[in-house]
Amino acid sequence: MKFDIKTKARTPINANRQIKVQSEDLKLWYGQKQALFGISMDIYKNSITALIGPSGCGKSTFLRCLNRMNDLITGVNVDGKVIIDGKNIYDRDVDEVSVRKKIGMVFQQPNPFPKSIYENVSYAPIKHGIVKKGSDCDELVENSLKSAGLWNEVKDILKNPGTGLSGGQQQRLCIARTIAVKPEVILMDEPTSALDPISTEKIEELMIELRKDFTIITVTHNMQQAARVSDYTAFFHLGKLIEYADTESIFVNPKIKQTEDYITGRFG
Amino acid sequence: MSTHNPFFDPTLKKRHLADKIFKFVALSALLIAVSFLVIFFTDIISKGLPSYKQAYVNLPVTYNKDTVADSSYAIDEEHYELVSRAWYRDMPMYATAHPEVMNKTTKEWVLADDEVDQYLKGHAHTLTDEQKVVVDKMIKEGSVELQFNSIFFSTGDSKIPENSGFLSSVVGSILTIFICIAFAFPIGVMSAIYLEEFAKQGKVSTFLEININNLAAVPSILFGLLGLAIFINLFGMPRSSALVGGLTLGLMTLPVIIVAGRTALRSVPASIRQAAYGLGLTKWQVVKDHVLPLGMPGILTGSIIGIARAMGETAPLIIVGMIAFIPDIPTSFTQASTVMPAQIFTWAGMPEGAYVERVSGAIMILLGVLLTMNALAIYFRKKYEIKW
Ligand SMILES: Nc1ncnc2c1ncn2[C@@H]1O[C@H](COP(=O)(O)OP(=O)(O)OP(=O)(O)O)[C@@H](O)[C@H]1O
Ligand SMILES: [Mg+2]
Repeated sequence: MKFDIKTKARTPINANRQIKVQSEDLKLWYGQKQALFGISMDIYKNSITALIGPSGCGKSTFLRCLNRMNDLITGVNVDGKVIIDGKNIYDRDVDEVSVRKKIGMVFQQPNPFPKSIYENVSYAPIKHGIVKKGSDCDELVENSLKSAGLWNEVKDILKNPGTGLSGGQQQRLCIARTIAVKPEVILMDEPTSALDPISTEKIEELMIELRKDFTIITVTHNMQQAARVSDYTAFFHLGKLIEYADTESIFVNPKIKQTEDYITGRFG
Repeated sequence: MSTHNPFFDPTLKKRHLADKIFKFVALSALLIAVSFLVIFFTDIISKGLPSYKQAYVNLPVTYNKDTVADSSYAIDEEHYELVSRAWYRDMPMYATAHPEVMNKTTKEWVLADDEVDQYLKGHAHTLTDEQKVVVDKMIKEGSVELQFNSIFFSTGDSKIPENSGFLSSVVGSILTIFICIAFAFPIGVMSAIYLEEFAKQGKVSTFLEININNLAAVPSILFGLLGLAIFINLFGMPRSSALVGGLTLGLMTLPVIIVAGRTALRSVPASIRQAAYGLGLTKWQVVKDHVLPLGMPGILTGSIIGIARAMGETAPLIIVGMIAFIPDIPTSFTQASTVMPAQIFTWAGMPEGAYVERVSGAIMILLGVLLTMNALAIYFRKKYEIKW
């Protein structure tokens, strides 16, 4: 199988790359059931890291650990560290609300609020005190929608409900909503799996565009997508990180047999 | 004609028969239910509508010093018994307030005795044969007629049947339900929010959930005992008052609102919560701005149905003294008052035909209110339902 690996825009590997997120021996239990078995990986700033692996291997679970969304699930226990900008987000003196502000999330199913397009984007920044209602807010909404590549399609219908847009537009609205709170890291859990190929392509282009300003960690079941957009790829299996390297090495020259079997579609 | 039918299935005949039998049984059940409803409504309406009319007699009335001193002399002897005792009672006050009528004998429409009223409506009555002759003669002359029963809609209960009205209990119901809503709705919704959004899922919350569900099914009279013990005996609130009645009904409605509220909050899609939490919002921001607005139609529908039930409730109010003879229209929450179903209950125990027809007339009003409330519940559900 051949992968179309985008090399042109890729961050040069090893050239003073900076670590943004560092997970250290991260373990997680859902009640009695362990779902993550000591994940350690460094995620680099201004890059796209793809998490791949068979269903149920813990990709979403790991992703949710990075902005403490797992705290919302009862019975979850986390052990280990997630260090972002030098601070373990699981430290006692860290408020998970502020973690989530800095590390935004885009979900598999587009989930705009049942409010207007404008309010979808402006709601959280206003609550965070990033902007006040008025021209500053208008500007932020416009910029966010522009960054999400949605502005031209919605600039005349900002008062319409966000839920009235197409699936792909809704997903870009959700991305706009996320970047409006000015996070540093954006987590995406299968952001295109509910979308058609054209919308998918738009989101992929958007991700590459957003990489300039954000660190993106995405989960995908689409090998081609991982190959196309990501700089680094991590292969998970049964709650363990099996192999993690730059995307080219993973797809062209995997070191571990399991990885090769998975990306060539022989299992999983 | 083909001889071989590839679709022939020997078991089908029997199975289709079972179909028909089942359909027949289900249809008869429905018909029985509907016919009971129809009987109920025709009975109530046919009995109740006449109560909205009341007999008045057109008689010469003499106003002077003597008749004001003893109003039974104001009407001639032949017609004396045809006039309501309420009229004789109120006449001196009327004459004092309107001195221009004094020392004159004028023909005017006066409230008839309930027996005349019942005779006119063709119901059982206690008029003597002589009285009947007099009334028949007056009917021919057109000096007795059924007029709109404004008394029924503008006064409270009375020991004189033709003088009794439903308004005081309507006002009592409004005051009581106001207290009930003001007490049960905020506490119920807040409890639901706490249990659903803030409480840790565990033994304690399961225990609470089971108990609240059970409370919603507790016989209502027990809430009356609770209300008596807490509000009257412990807090010393005035017996028979809308305050105590409303709080008692509030206790009864509280679990219903909590259960409805939790169900409504739970039905808010998890994706909305995740989206909001994912943006770094606090719990209260998520609940107030996203979860609650989406759950509101469900909360309102459940609450209105619970409150409508409270509105039709009598049993717990017996215990706190709201089933009583209340002639005055209450003007405050602490005054003795009664409620619509309680007034119906009181009248239903009376022997006079005038009270009996008032029972049906009052039921029509109560049903009208309850149906309006249910319609309101449906309206809220439709209006605030958010399309995904
Ligand atoms: N809320 C939960 N409660 C209990 N167990 C859970 C929960 N969420 C996930 N799990 C379990 O944890 C393991 C990892 O699940 P996770 O959702 O992270 O997998 P995934 O790699 O994202 O799979 P998919 O590709 O299908 O999305 C699975 O075995 C799953 O059953
Ligand atoms: Mg997943």
